Amino acid sequence: MVIDCKHVWNYISEYLDGTLPEETRDTVQKHLDHCEICSAILDSTRNVIILIADDRVFELPVGFSERLHARIDLEFMRIGP
Amino acid sequence: MIAAVLAGEIQLYHDLVRPYERSVYVMALSYMKNREDAEDVAQEAFLRAFRKLASFRAESKFSTWLISITINEARTRLRRQALVRMEPLDQLPDEDKGTSPALLRDWREIPSEAVERDEVRVLIQRAVEQLPEIYRQVFLLRDVEELTINETAEALNISIPSIKVRLHRARMMLQKQLAPQLRTVNRTSKRRWLPWS
Repeated sequence: MVIDCKHVWNYISEYLDGTLPEETRDTVQKHLDHCEICSAILDSTRNVIILIADDRVFELPVGFSERLHARIDLEFMRIGP
Repeated sequence: MIAAVLAGEIQLYHDLVRPYERSVYVMALSYMKNREDAEDVAQEAFLRAFRKLASFRAESKFSTWLISITINEARTRLRRQALVRMEPLDQLPDEDKGTSPALLRDWREIPSEAVERDEVRVLIQRAVEQLPEIYRQVFLLRDVEELTINETAEALNISIPSIKVRLHRARMMLQKQLAPQLRTVNRTSKRRWLPWS
């Protein structure tokens, strides 16, 4: 089966997760093998996800942990022994 | 450990929640948009979880339970502040909205070191912030906090097919927004770093 680019875009997320049924995956793969636009979309999507998921993007503020646990201790004191 | 905390060893609660500090903060930040409010929401969520610990059911994961509490806390806070129009939890996504990717002819991989630069981090944070809430939640839980599809569905109390659709759309929207910007920033920075090339 041959599919066009727009159909391939619908499968990109599941292709990346490896959750496409084998037959669909093969069809998508064949398209990707000869379509530079869809290959670039796939590669850029994967790259964007990896960059966003990097721990350095959403860092905890300095002192977050200390302030949180101090507040939890206050709650413990409030409810008593 | 939960049983021990409930039995009176409350100091163990510190150790119980330590692994989830970042997940809870990131989820709070995605709603509150500024670090101070996000930290406040995260603290409240941890306190609320402590107060409600007896109602935790072992069939769900502690992390997903904590995330649910955080989302509720953030939504309550926003409603109180009336900053945003709230969307129903399981609203059906618009079928045609924003799911086409940015068309590129080639893609040269941007290395992870790029996120050490402030301008790149700001671009990424802004793109995630701008996602509609229903897509942002799913994306953060699945791709940033690396929950499974099932755990994400449980934390958000929505169906697995809905999670998959929203995740796909979130990823496409982020690709559309970020791929052209990151490519430009990457090119500019190379010129800046290597003026002789």
